[in-house]
Amino acid sequence: MHIEVRGLNKQFGDFHAVRDVDFDIAKGQLIGLLGPSGGGKTSILRMLAGLETPSSGDIVFHGKRVNDLPPQERGIGFVFQNYALFKHMTVYDNVAFGLKVKKESKTVIRERVMSLIELTGLKGFEHRYPHQLSGGQRQRVAFARALAPQPQLLLLDEPFAAIDAKIRTELRTWLKDMIERLGITSIFVTHDQDEAIEVADEIMIINKGRLEQKGTPWDIYKSPQTQFVASFIGESTIVENVEQLKGFEEAANWPGTKALIRPEYIEIGRRSDFRIPSATVDGIVRHLHFRGSEWMVEVEIGDIKLITYRSLEKDVLTPGEPISVLIHRAYLFNDNDTWIMENKQKEDPMPIFI
Amino acid sequence: MRRLLIGLTYLVFLVLLVAPLAKIFVGSWGDGWSGFTESLTREQSLHALMMTGILVVIVTVLNTVFGVMLAIYLVRAEWMSRRIKGLLNSIVDLPFAVSPVIGGLMIVLVLGPNSAIGAFFEDVGIKVVYALPGMILATLFVTFPLMVREVMPVLQEIGAQQEEAASTLGAYSWYTFWKVTWPSIRWGVIYGVVLTVARTLGEFGAVLVVSGNIMNKTQTATTLVYQDVENFNVTEASSVALVLAAFSVGLLLLMEWAKKRKEVH
Repeated sequence: MHIEVRGLNKQFGDFHAVRDVDFDIAKGQLIGLLGPSGGGKTSILRMLAGLETPSSGDIVFHGKRVNDLPPQERGIGFVFQNYALFKHMTVYDNVAFGLKVKKESKTVIRERVMSLIELTGLKGFEHRYPHQLSGGQRQRVAFARALAPQPQLLLLDEPFAAIDAKIRTELRTWLKDMIERLGITSIFVTHDQDEAIEVADEIMIINKGRLEQKGTPWDIYKSPQTQFVASFIGESTIVENVEQLKGFEEAANWPGTKALIRPEYIEIGRRSDFRIPSATVDGIVRHLHFRGSEWMVEVEIGDIKLITYRSLEKDVLTPGEPISVLIHRAYLFNDNDTWIMENKQKEDPMPIFI
Repeated sequence: MRRLLIGLTYLVFLVLLVAPLAKIFVGSWGDGWSGFTESLTREQSLHALMMTGILVVIVTVLNTVFGVMLAIYLVRAEWMSRRIKGLLNSIVDLPFAVSPVIGGLMIVLVLGPNSAIGAFFEDVGIKVVYALPGMILATLFVTFPLMVREVMPVLQEIGAQQEEAASTLGAYSWYTFWKVTWPSIRWGVIYGVVLTVARTLGEFGAVLVVSGNIMNKTQTATTLVYQDVENFNVTEASSVALVLAAFSVGLLLLMEWAKKRKEVH
């Protein structure tokens, strides 16, 4: 189902939870609403579902304004954060609920419920009660229950928050495959950027009730449009006086500009390892942290501290060791602008043509 | 020291519970089986027990319906501001704080024959005070918090999410109430019903003031016991009291059972 949201606002008393949010979602897309806790993501989801009434703005499904439709009439499926399974009903009855409401015939209900139970890998559990299931199984029941009445739009509120880390990755992949196979338009809320990046076709970053940016995970990573997005996605260090770094002297032209540098923008090594040694600056290794599959290295350049990662395959560094640092790019921002600056020194000053 | 305390506890139990029960038992059998049956088959005894029975049935039904409704509104309603909810919530407890006699008096003052409302009802032909309607109102006043206070915490604990889930699955409020909410609050309601029945059986003060204690008309089992004691009819008083006590024990057992089920679900 095609979804359009225009000028959406929600106020709870004095608290402005959602401010002027606009977006479009094409049919069949899987969208992640990403942002810090308390940023208004869940409020947006609940307004789409009809569980909350917008203070102003329009919600349009398939070209039809649905603001005044109750949740019962919107043709949506909703998966709650804690699943909200009917705890006195078996798995079968939970999944059948939406079909019984529609007064479908017994055979139709049986067929649909059993196919969903099979699809979600819950065969053999249909007579269990929710409290007899594991977290992952409950989540799948909630998913099957939401899908049973064949909704046009599936809304998921922090679907993986209550599941332990190991199974979470597994369920993510499962959910992505499942939604892709069904082709149902889906929106899920999460505060976990890995989850959003891994699962979603497109991410919407929500902060303090505003939609900061909407785009594919790659676009958002590559060209963040606001400082918040840049610092929220990926890891980064904020550098106050970036003009002190070699290759970024031009930053001095914009007073009050700060830089955001990601670990993956930085390369460290012996001076001889670099193709253009003149672009590097000298630093000192301050600390080394073993991160399971790589080293996290804290380097100091003058009084600027930066963080980067180093492969375990390369020779092991020791704290206090001098090292050459190449900073490929920095994300610059001041009060009214944001842009990306490449290291000017990387453009070879004296190209040699052979 | 410890033995002394244990002994003292037993003694308190004995003096407060066992001895009076035994006394009632012995008292009602003082004139043998025939004395017991005769006390109970007196016209006023049968009528009083019937009045108590009618009160129990009507009050329990009304209190259950309105108590559950108010509990749902106080916990779930979004159209009520938080301040009004807080106010209503504290008013619910009023009958706990006010003496039942004063509750009865308030009803006499508001609905009695000398008040405007009372006079209006009198003209229409409905007697409120010194009749069954007033007694029902008085007992409702006294028992009102019992149901609300049993159901509200259960509703708060289960949260609104299951009901919201039902609404996104297409179910409207009536269907949702019976299929989703009711199974969760069921044992709380049953516990509330037991408390209401027990309180109604035993209510004395409010009913005494409102009913006027007219024999064969508005007398209930408790007010009959009171009258028999006043007239030194020990056997009669004990016999009716024994019937009430037997009901109470039954209710107590039911209460224990309901409490256990409440914890399971």
